[in-house]
Amino acid sequence: MNNLSPHGFRSADEPSRRGFLIAMIGAGVMLGYARRSLADQSTGSAGELFEPTIWYGIDRSGTVTVNIIRAELGQHVGTALARIVADELEADWSKVKIVLVDTDPKWGLMLTGGSLSVWQSFPILSRAGAAGRVALIEEGAKLLSVNPLSCTARNGAVRANGRSILYGDIVAHGNMRRAFTPEQLRAIPIKAPSERRLIGRDTMALDVPSKTNGTGRYGIDAVAEGMVFARPRIPPTRYDSKVVSIDDSGAKHLPGYIQSLALDDPSGIAPGWVMVCAESFAVASQAADLVKVTWKSGEAAHVSESDIQNRAAELIADPKGGAMLVEDAGVDAAFASAKQNLERTYTTSTVMHFALEPVNALVFEKDGVFEIHTGNQWQSLILPVLAKALGRSQDKIVLRSYLLGGGFGRRLEGDYTVPAALAAKALGKPVKMICTRADDMRFDCPRSPSTQVLRMAFGDGGRVIAMDHQAAAGWPTAVMAPSFLPKDAHGVPYDPFASDGADHWYTVGAQRARVLLNDLANRAIRPGLLRSVGPGWINWAVESFMDEAAHVANADPVAFRLRMLDGVGRNSGSAPNAVGGAHRQAAVLARAAEKAGWGRAMPKDVGLGIATTFGQARSMPTWVACVARVRVDRASGFVTVEKLTIVIDAGTIIHPDSALAQVEGAALWGLSVALHEGTEIVNGQPKDTNLNTYTLLRMGGVPDVDIEFVASTETPVGLGEPATTAVAPAIGNAIFAACGARVRHLPIRPDAVLQALAHRA
Amino acid sequence: MTTFNLNGRKVSVHGPDDTPLLWVIRDEMGLRGTKFGCGIGMCGACTVHVEGRATRSCITAVGAVAGAKVITIEGLDPEGRHPVQVAWTELQVPQCGYCQSGQIMQAVTLLKDFPNPSDQDINAVMAGSLCRCMTYIRIRKAIKLAASRMRGTIAQ
Repeated sequence: MNNLSPHGFRSADEPSRRGFLIAMIGAGVMLGYARRSLADQSTGSAGELFEPTIWYGIDRSGTVTVNIIRAELGQHVGTALARIVADELEADWSKVKIVLVDTDPKWGLMLTGGSLSVWQSFPILSRAGAAGRVALIEEGAKLLSVNPLSCTARNGAVRANGRSILYGDIVAHGNMRRAFTPEQLRAIPIKAPSERRLIGRDTMALDVPSKTNGTGRYGIDAVAEGMVFARPRIPPTRYDSKVVSIDDSGAKHLPGYIQSLALDDPSGIAPGWVMVCAESFAVASQAADLVKVTWKSGEAAHVSESDIQNRAAELIADPKGGAMLVEDAGVDAAFASAKQNLERTYTTSTVMHFALEPVNALVFEKDGVFEIHTGNQWQSLILPVLAKALGRSQDKIVLRSYLLGGGFGRRLEGDYTVPAALAAKALGKPVKMICTRADDMRFDCPRSPSTQVLRMAFGDGGRVIAMDHQAAAGWPTAVMAPSFLPKDAHGVPYDPFASDGADHWYTVGAQRARVLLNDLANRAIRPGLLRSVGPGWINWAVESFMDEAAHVANADPVAFRLRMLDGVGRNSGSAPNAVGGAHRQAAVLARAAEKAGWGRAMPKDVGLGIATTFGQARSMPTWVACVARVRVDRASGFVTVEKLTIVIDAGTIIHPDSALAQVEGAALWGLSVALHEGTEIVNGQPKDTNLNTYTLLRMGGVPDVDIEFVASTETPVGLGEPATTAVAPAIGNAIFAACGARVRHLPIRPDAVLQALAHRA
Repeated sequence: MTTFNLNGRKVSVHGPDDTPLLWVIRDEMGLRGTKFGCGIGMCGACTVHVEGRATRSCITAVGAVAGAKVITIEGLDPEGRHPVQVAWTELQVPQCGYCQSGQIMQAVTLLKDFPNPSDQDINAVMAGSLCRCMTYIRIRKAIKLAASRMRGTIAQ
């Protein structure tokens, strides 16, 4: 596995360096890429060389089964990926099925996150589909006794001179053995966008029916004969907790109570965990409330939100330390010579994932293999951890795939599989662990609190001549996969998922962006990746600051941004992912402003605010702009979001309706995190652990949402997260426009608005 | 022992009366379309019908439904084609889908009470049903589509 940048993810599977093999297996044909080590030999006999990295198969009925290595967590990714294959294959869509596969080394990296799936898979699956089409045409031509050049493939059949043969019949009667060298594979023509018949058109997502009739199976629904139910007692601190004593005398009277088991975890994932086991979950849950556990807790028992934020301020105040994401010469000189400087500090609170399906896992050993039944987003990351915890080699552990009752980054961590696995091993029985909501919240890997200080230097006439950005927060990647941290020019490692966004596409003169690991956050909590990751909180600062800067420069916030989105120098963009560069960001910004009626007079206490971002990463930009229209009640400080207008350029759109659904959800996520969510760490634990105090957006708070996609045939990029990143700053800026109150902390609570109103200049 | 009617079938359970109905339905009856979300009746994922009323099964003791008719998502329509389910599919409402059984069960009772619901009616009745994927825009549209069909103004 390469580093965690989008670039690194794709190069690992670059199809141009791999051969492609087609083979007869059983009653069908299997098609897949050779592993690179074998691809070099693929000029030899295909039969011997077939390496079952199988992406899809075709059987004699013509059914095309596409194997999906991504997790279905609401994005209908299986449908989108199958459409990519089927379009190039010229398959009959009504005969396409998807299978969510279990873990196996043959699949390579299994990860669903970073809004990477379509972007990463598009070139691979396009080639895979095209190779299948070529082979079917060749074999179909033989069976029809015609020249392959006179044949076309369409809708699951090869046609020539008014005759045709179905793919299923080609599989049944032909000899579909074929090997493509990497060179041959590269030479296969990929269809022009105008020739696409499935990509860019709507269809019913294949996972939806099971989600309307109760038949969809999530991890929490997994069952095994003779399973024992367990609910954990979560220790007081994430790290370094030790069980001193367990007193289960209060639970022993419960019929069905079995035992309370202190876990011994060689992997260090679940230190100090106690598993309360019973014959039913209802009893396990009841018993867990009655079992008394005494712990010796870790350092985090004395760490709270303000300690973490104070540490961030301390780190930022020290010019030493951190990694340089952007480091132009002349920043300090520009600030020293500036006509005017602006400095502002922005902060965000801890945010919880609150995936509606609480984390859970069913684990049992069968024929020497530990089976882990659960939904997960990053199977490749947790397998070695499970191996360490269980003392087994990875080939003796398999993760079975299920639907995910929400991911949002929570299930990138597979930590919840470990306690269930340890308990199953200790008891020698299948163990089904379910966390209650409060357990799930206390065991969450939340979005870290963050502090950012931004400075801008202005020259003559309000011209921007320099910008400095300092960002400190917990770093999720430093916890989850420290060896994957990329390094800056000085060799200092940094977490791209706590940095992306600070390296924006504005031309600001001399620019510096320094990112700092908040070490106290990483010791006290386990910082996690939450939908839209770094850009979710970094753009809160960047785009609120741009609004403040525009006012200092006496400029309209749209015009001010457009001047800096000039597409010059490093912001000019590059093929294949960022063709057009900042010009495309300028285009979505201008279009969103136009759609929302930017510049029009608003009723009293109503304002429009704008923000624009490039989604998840500079190397894979999804261009987003959002205009929020809000109404502020000056008496209570209550903010009502009346409308969100979003324009988004994500390149080629594979499945328009699912893409729209993702942007709808992401936009409302942005609103929820801006106004409704957020908690604080108190003595190492989140203060809010259920819906009695942790609030999320509900039906009544949903504004009018107007979403427009830019028509494009550019490289498809990410969609699951990007819209989230522009909403909070658009709302903050709209509050300022409505009433002159400038808020600089997320979430935006009414008392903060009242306070800002009172402090208005 | 508690006896009640589950999806048209008489069932008896032997556990304690205070066992939450949710776990009886899921783990004893094996009907797993009804989901566990918050355990305190505030997310709506566990919503079933008790005598036709939307009820949070996670905070309802099984003893409280003795003799009552309980319907789960599996029992809403034999083909899974209740007008609300059809609208949900056509408008591609679900994302992760975990809350949707509860959303659908809540929406069905909403339409019994408000055959022509206003946005305010929908806000009020659906307020207790949380969707973490934030599919609210489509939930609202699907409720209105189902409502118009059930009133007969749009042919199915």
